[in-house]
Amino acid sequence: MSEAIPHDPVLQQFPEVEWEEEFGTLIVPTTKATEVAIWLRDDHAFRLDYCSNVTGIDYLNREFKEKVKNEEGKTETIIHKDPARMEVVYHLYSMEKRTGPLVMKQRTTREKPEAQSLTPVWRSCELQEREIYDLFGINFTGHPDQRRILMWDEFEGHPMRKDYVEPFDYEWEPTPHDEILEKHQKGKVIF
Amino acid sequence: MDEGLKSELQKAGIFTTTLNDLYNWGRGNSLWPLQFGLACCAIEMIATSMSRYDLARFGAEVFRPSPRQADLMIVSGTVTKKMAPQVVRLFKQMPSPKYVIAMGACAISGGPFKQGYNVLKGIDRYIPVDVHLPGGPPRPEAVLQSLNYLQEKIRTQDIKSDPAFIEGRRQYPVPEFTGTDLEPPYNPDVWQPPANPNAPAEEEATA
Repeated sequence: MSEAIPHDPVLQQFPEVEWEEEFGTLIVPTTKATEVAIWLRDDHAFRLDYCSNVTGIDYLNREFKEKVKNEEGKTETIIHKDPARMEVVYHLYSMEKRTGPLVMKQRTTREKPEAQSLTPVWRSCELQEREIYDLFGINFTGHPDQRRILMWDEFEGHPMRKDYVEPFDYEWEPTPHDEILEKHQKGKVIF
Repeated sequence: MDEGLKSELQKAGIFTTTLNDLYNWGRGNSLWPLQFGLACCAIEMIATSMSRYDLARFGAEVFRPSPRQADLMIVSGTVTKKMAPQVVRLFKQMPSPKYVIAMGACAISGGPFKQGYNVLKGIDRYIPVDVHLPGGPPRPEAVLQSLNYLQEKIRTQDIKSDPAFIEGRRQYPVPEFTGTDLEPPYNPDVWQPPANPNAPAEEEATA
C-alpha cells in the first residue's frame, strides 16, 4: 500500500477539484464533496472503498517562511500568511486494489464552518465526523446523527479550535511550576 | 475483654472474641469490588485479580457487575467530567458500609490532566475515598497493599458508632452538567478546597 495513487484522473473528471502540492492532497469544494467521494469509491480505476481516517484542521494565522535570493545575491526570508480556514481531511484506501492512501480535503471558512458529510458514502466516517463537529464545530450537512460525542451535550465551545479559551479553574497548589505558575500569577485562583 | 485473660483462655483451648471483631474479620476478608474500569489503571487492576498476583488470596476476587452487590469501589483511571456523575451514581447505589480506593494519580487529583478542561480534579471531590493509591498506573503489588490498608482500616471500625454504618448521615449529590463544568464543583461534605497560606487578604475575601 505504499505506491502513490495518481490523482490526475480526478482532476480531469472534476475541473473544480484542485491539487495541493505542499501536502499532496486533493482540495474538493464542499458543494461537490459527495459527488467526488461516490465517484472515487465506485470508479474502477480507484475503488477507494475504505475511509480509514477523518480529521479536522484549524488554520488560524498560519505562517510559513520561504528563503529567496534577491537581486544582490543575499538570501531573504519571506513570511507568507495563510488565510484563516478550517479543513476536513479524509484518508482513503482501497481494500480491493490494496492501494492508498489518497488524501482528500474539504476546505471551509472559520466563520461559518460547513462541510458535506461523507457518512452516506463511507459509514466509517460517522463517529469521526461527530468528533470533528464536537471539537472543531464544523457542521456536516447530511450527517445522520450529528451531536457531541466526547464532551457532554451542554458543553459550550469547541475545544480543539485554536482560539478556544478554556475556563479559568486553576486552583492553589503548594508547588506550582512552569505553565501553572504563569497562570497562577496572571489571574486569581478560584479557591 | 482483658487481653491477658483472652490469651490464657486461648492456651486452654478456648477462643474468645467480640461480635465487633468477628464481624469486621469476616467482611474485611471478603470485600467484593465493583467491576468497572476507566483507563489504563483498570488493566493493572485486572492483572491483580489474575493468577500471578492473585487478589483472591485476600478475599477480594469476586468482582461484581452490579453495584447492589459490591462494597468496594476501585476507581481505576482518569475520571472525566462526563463520567463523574455516573461514578457518583454507582457509588450511591452501593449498599452501606462501602469503601473507595482511588487508584492512580488521575483518580486522586486529575494527574497529568489536572489543568485540562475535561478531567475531574480528583474523585474525592464527590465521594469519600478511604485509600489514595498513587502511581501512574500503580503496580499490582501496590493494589494489593492498598487492599491491605483498607482491611486494616475495617478491622479498627466500631460497628455501633462508625459513620460508615449509619445511613443517611451524608448526602452525595450527583453533579449536573453545565456549559463549562459540573455543578456543584465539589461536595463540601466530603472535600474542602485547600487553603492558600500565601493568599493576600483581598483574595481571601473574594474566595
